[in-house]
Amino acid sequence: MSLNVEHHEPRVLPSEKPIRLLDNAGHALRGRETGGFELPPVERLLDLYRRMVIARRFDVQVTALTKQGRLATYPSAFGQEACEIGVVSAITADDWLFPTYRDSIALLTRGLEPGEILQSFRGDWHNGWDQHAHRTAAMATPLATQALHAVGLAHAARLRNDPIVTLTYLGDGATSEGDSHEAFNFAAVWQTPTVFLVQNNQFAISTPIARQTHATTLADKAVGYGMPGYHVDGNDVAAMFAVATAAVDRARSGGGPTLIEGLTYRIESHTNSDDPTRYRAARDVEHWKRRDPIERLEKYLVSEGALTDDIRADITEAGEALAGRTRDAMSETPELDPLELFDHVYATPRPALAEQRAALEAELAAHAGQAREEVAAR
Amino acid sequence: MSTPVTEPATDAAASAPQPLTMAGALNAALRDAMAEDDRVVVYGEDVGPLGGVFRVTDGLQAAFGEDRVWDSPLAEAGIVGTAVGMAMYGLRPVVEMQFDAFSYPAFEQIVSHVAKMRNRTKGRVSLPMVIRIPCAGAIGGVEHHSDSSEAYWAATPGLTVVMPSNPADAYSMLREAIDSDDPVVFMEPKSRYWSKAELTLPVRTAPMNRAQVVREGSDVTLIGYGPTVRTALDAAAAAEAEGLSIEVVDLRSISPFDDETVGASLRKTTRAAVIHEAAQFGGYGAEVAARLTERNFFHLAAPILRITGYDIPYPSPKLEEHYLPTPDRVLDALASWEWDLA
Ligand SMILES: Cc1ncc(C[n+]2csc(CCOP(=O)(O)OP(=O)(O)O)c2C)c(N)n1
Repeated sequence: MSLNVEHHEPRVLPSEKPIRLLDNAGHALRGRETGGFELPPVERLLDLYRRMVIARRFDVQVTALTKQGRLATYPSAFGQEACEIGVVSAITADDWLFPTYRDSIALLTRGLEPGEILQSFRGDWHNGWDQHAHRTAAMATPLATQALHAVGLAHAARLRNDPIVTLTYLGDGATSEGDSHEAFNFAAVWQTPTVFLVQNNQFAISTPIARQTHATTLADKAVGYGMPGYHVDGNDVAAMFAVATAAVDRARSGGGPTLIEGLTYRIESHTNSDDPTRYRAARDVEHWKRRDPIERLEKYLVSEGALTDDIRADITEAGEALAGRTRDAMSETPELDPLELFDHVYATPRPALAEQRAALEAELAAHAGQAREEVAAR
Repeated sequence: MSTPVTEPATDAAASAPQPLTMAGALNAALRDAMAEDDRVVVYGEDVGPLGGVFRVTDGLQAAFGEDRVWDSPLAEAGIVGTAVGMAMYGLRPVVEMQFDAFSYPAFEQIVSHVAKMRNRTKGRVSLPMVIRIPCAGAIGGVEHHSDSSEAYWAATPGLTVVMPSNPADAYSMLREAIDSDDPVVFMEPKSRYWSKAELTLPVRTAPMNRAQVVREGSDVTLIGYGPTVRTALDAAAAAEAEGLSIEVVDLRSISPFDDETVGASLRKTTRAAVIHEAAQFGGYGAEVAARLTERNFFHLAAPILRITGYDIPYPSPKLEEHYLPTPDRVLDALASWEWDLA
């Protein structure tokens, strides 16, 4: 006897061709390619456009600041805006996001400030925001670990009849980790209200997707766990938003988890310390630059007459203002108290740690004394 | 341990002295080991065309082909677990964990299988494999890029754990680790990757299970390994000006511990301190202090000190300078001994 037959729809693999609502020329599509999803209304698309343009302005600004040495590192999401913004726009402020280091621009859409988002990349502290206030977990660096947290939080909320959804982002490389498997399985077995977004940007640092999986698409994996999987054009924000919205609705109404794969491309290097010329051809990058998610939506909005000069000017202004706030935030010299290193390790204070704190305090005081003597001696 | 290889490397050009970084020396060791023994295979995350994020495997795939050097799927448990199978078959896999903290998904494979295989099979199954782990901090790395994991491995019977501090040892110890029939956790201090030395390859230094006195002195023994050997040497140089003669021992081997070499130094100087980046509580320094004390108690003029990171998670880049044991902190600690009692 096969298990769980009564729970399931007929078991079909996700389409090999990505679900797409707008083609690269910005034409609205009809028929099979849409996977039965509807193009979101133009006001919604205009809003997504605005968020994407502003996000890119931020991303470019942060990459520039990193090159100037203001940040220790920055993993850019240039070219991945349709995934990053399209999917996070499908959840509400009450829902939770569990992001990775790649997802700074999704956090902007959650309302976080540049100074909060970038604190860890500047090197001040590991996490720069109030996770509960923003319902946004700290960015996870150990790959795929956060996906389990998203499943656990979703399950807890269900046990308390709290109608929230959790959304977590993963990279294509991260799907190879055991934690991904466990998160997909737990979510499906417990039927948690969780949406997994796999951003298939085709590289894990230097390793191409073909060395990561032998499956036709990453969305195929969903089938084995007994959850719906969608292989979506990750540079089509209309499709990403529509599929994510359906997944969020299903999760909220008790229909369980969904795995969405957005097929996109990492235009920038992995981080500023990476050298992509070692492992990929510039012409591949050029190919994907011509499939830019923002330009695609722009063409559609222009053809619909929805993108007026006033709106453009307004978006540009908002983007510049954000870039300015980002520069300001990153040019401040933060006052970091080394003694705070001891303050947050345990809820229950420990005498031994207090001793170590006192030792560092004495050391800092001695140094300050030395510095004063040196100044006085001059 | 198998006999060290004494044959010169196949690459004739390599016999002239050349300036090499530690990363370059490790690369040369892999290259020479692969040229000599076709059972040696190298895999892990981004070790192929990229040459590893620290470039330790640079050019190896081009030189030896994709059946000898390849990028695996991104999964550390998978990397180590498959290496167990490869070693059982008779290959000599050398696998890379990208950073200490990213070896943790492989913890189960390492602790439950790599470490235990020989014992549970009464010696019938050897796992001649090397797990390379870039370790420790002081590189301005963001969260999870600066852990020091040596105490976890050292606390696991069945593992050989070594950590070179300089390019010559890096070459020699990696060759020996690859030749070893025991599985070796080979830890590479990231902050020393770009330290340089003139080397004539194939260089052979002391056996990898022995500590080395790298500076002689008569008043204090400073015990370091990996990144803290430099710290100890700097402290010793500064102390000399103050009339304090410091001997520095580079442990090289974390497990086994070279009781003979370190004990002899301690009995000479009668005082010792061990320095590591990892947190103090339950850290490797506790083992060093305990076993040295047990064996040399009546020779000691003062308690053995541990000069270490604090008992906190490794800090963010802007605060790591306050965490890391510095030469100043070492000298302050030595000053805490009541010297007139000596
Ligand atoms: C458990 C673990 N192993 C290795 C790493 C090192 N690492 C950081 S990012 C990365 C590549 C991740 O690729 P992918 O999941 O595709 O996401 P992307 O960076 O492309 O967004 C690797 C190997 C890590 N962070 N965590």
